[in-house]
Amino acid sequence: MLSRTADHLYWMARSTERAENMARLLDASYQMSMVPQPLAAQNENWRAILALNSQEEAFARAYDEVNAENVLRFTVADAANPSSIYSCLRAARENAHAVRGTLTAEMWESVNATWIELHQQGAEQLLARGVSEFFEWVKLRSAVTRGVTFGTMLRDDALHFIRLGGLLERGDNTARILDMQYHVLRDGDEGASDFYRWGALLRSLSAFQVYRKVYRDALTPARVAELLILRMDLPRSLHSCADGIVRMLPLIANSASAETQRQAGVLHARLHFGRIEDVLAGGLHEYLTDFMDRIYELGEGISHAFLMPA
Amino acid sequence: MTTDFYNEMYDSAGMLRPHYRVFAEWLDAMSPERLASKLAEADTTFRRLGITFAVYGEKAGTERLIPFDIVPRIIPAAEWTALQAGLWQRVKALNAFLHDIYHDQEILSAGHIPPEQVLNNAQFRREMIGVDLPAGIYAHIAGVDMVRAGAGESYVLEDNLRVPSGVSYMLENRKMMMRLFPELFSRHMIAPVQHYPDMLLENLRTVAPKGVADPTVVVLTPGAYNSAYFEHSFLAQQMGVELVEGRDLFVKDQAVFMRTTQGPQRVDVIYRRLDDDFLDPLAFNKESMLGVPGLLGAYQAGNVNLANAIGAGVADDKSIYPYVPEMIRFYLGEEPILRNVPTWMLRKPDDLKYVLAHLPELVVKEVHGAGGYGMLVGPASSKVEIEDFRARIVAAPEKYIAQPTLALATCPTFVDSGIAPRHLDLRPFVLSGESIRMVPGGLTRVALREGSLVVNSSQGGGTKDTWVLEY
Repeated sequence: MLSRTADHLYWMARSTERAENMARLLDASYQMSMVPQPLAAQNENWRAILALNSQEEAFARAYDEVNAENVLRFTVADAANPSSIYSCLRAARENAHAVRGTLTAEMWESVNATWIELHQQGAEQLLARGVSEFFEWVKLRSAVTRGVTFGTMLRDDALHFIRLGGLLERGDNTARILDMQYHVLRDGDEGASDFYRWGALLRSLSAFQVYRKVYRDALTPARVAELLILRMDLPRSLHSCADGIVRMLPLIANSASAETQRQAGVLHARLHFGRIEDVLAGGLHEYLTDFMDRIYELGEGISHAFLMPA
Repeated sequence: MTTDFYNEMYDSAGMLRPHYRVFAEWLDAMSPERLASKLAEADTTFRRLGITFAVYGEKAGTERLIPFDIVPRIIPAAEWTALQAGLWQRVKALNAFLHDIYHDQEILSAGHIPPEQVLNNAQFRREMIGVDLPAGIYAHIAGVDMVRAGAGESYVLEDNLRVPSGVSYMLENRKMMMRLFPELFSRHMIAPVQHYPDMLLENLRTVAPKGVADPTVVVLTPGAYNSAYFEHSFLAQQMGVELVEGRDLFVKDQAVFMRTTQGPQRVDVIYRRLDDDFLDPLAFNKESMLGVPGLLGAYQAGNVNLANAIGAGVADDKSIYPYVPEMIRFYLGEEPILRNVPTWMLRKPDDLKYVLAHLPELVVKEVHGAGGYGMLVGPASSKVEIEDFRARIVAAPEKYIAQPTLALATCPTFVDSGIAPRHLDLRPFVLSGESIRMVPGGLTRVALREGSLVVNSSQGGGTKDTWVLEY
């Protein structure tokens, strides 16, 4: 397969996944902001979202004040912000358009329809209809696209690169969401509000009911971390993403990809054989930062081996 | 229904022509509401599938549908047979001309064409002199624009030998008609056209460099923002070959490779949908980001073939067009089957004088123009427009040719006010390689504005399905 085609497919998947995860993250923050707390603390949460993607400066250039309204506008509707949901869905559509001949008709129509709806209605207007409804819509469109991808695409390299892009992005995003919320929670005062915050975090990753099912016990930070990091059968856990990555890489391997495969194997082994006690003892933030660095390295390796060969 | 123009469906006495009889009966039995709803269905489907083209000069990234008309253009079998013979003859002569001017230049020495018209033409590529191409073919894909005028006689309006487009609409229009009105296809013997991509692929494979057993063919596109990107993507997909951009290719040791996820892969034939100027920044336009550095060298060395050839444009230039009948006589020793439109070349003082005196009756075109941009249709222009154009002609007469305003034929067409006659043309596609072939049909373009003679999609033209009958 043409390297550029693989590149477009990979980034189409990453952009779609990023839009979904941004919606999940913002939804969790929005839910948490409804838990009674001082305004200053609330705004601190919104500031943390900007810090997540190192966007404090870009935000400050265009907005006066960090508050719910401004951060939502910046992260959802701002066309100048490359990580906004609007920009991600536009990028997904542009990448799909560039390789529409490689996609099934249903896939192209799904990605195109998402963009047309967002573009025609305007993200601002969609937000005005209700923040949560909008996030639900983003997640639903992402689910539809994923559904037609799996339901219609030939099991060939095109699908493997789409899968790979989605998995890398999802692993990275889950780590970011967990890192940020864990940070906020750890520094906050203990109390009843923690329950709601942990609940919102789990719900944002579609893991609340799973937690109940798996632990049948109260929410504790260590268990939440264990579930989201090490649990093999939770689709958005780091372990599950690494599983998918090591399954995909051998299917597309070439003479330049051995090192990337090795690194993916190491990442996977650490998750597969890791224990939450050790993770927490070394510091969760450090662990997640290391994970994100490794995902970044994998992305670079994939890019050099397959997508942008010299 | 009598008009001043030849009508494809009715004769001058208003009687139905025989080849439209079955269709007219079917149309009479249809309610206007059902027809309107079918048109709407076609529109929705085209939009949903993203069968669009980008419009230059409008807001960047504007994508528009080409309006599709449901009244087909029907061509009887005998008429098609004659047309096909004429097209083959013409395209053979054009290919022979291209081979000649890049080799021995016999037609110039024989005095049939003033040498400076060819040698000083911007489309004449010195880089191609002495280069031998597989099968000696330069125009592998030709899109010849035909019009019918007067009492029904056909004329060639233009030979498009560079990167003629529109064939995807021919195929999509047929698919749409079969989907909307399957019953019409059981009542007529309509020659199929859907094998065009197979024929194209076969044709491209026959002109691979010598000794390549299983040639790799690719389609080279300028990218997703090109007006014909849909067609590039469509043809690549239909042929099952890669759609590449310049940056996907590189040249090493005078051979062309594409970058794939499994390493470099050799490319043998490039169906390029990119003008000569942009193909190779080392040889032509240095600013081009769309081409492949070193491509010309690989091509000259015979390690890759391009369709169409570099330098083919000199043969479809409007200043060369008047000489095509002469080419047919010179190379084939035959009389031309298809007519040329009489053409005044404004570089000639006598022609210029005549044209300036008759501007309101004539059509004036830029020699290097295309797409219906930069032309004057005298009878449809205001005094101010004519005077503006006159000033442009006087400033550089060699840049223009003029032709009589043809009484272009019309065909009934579904418009806002109902079914009314609209002017149309026909672009059949001729494939040349080891042999010369074509599918029976072409792209029929129709000017949707009443009285308009300009059918280009960039100027608001629409398209029709084109039926060649098999009896």
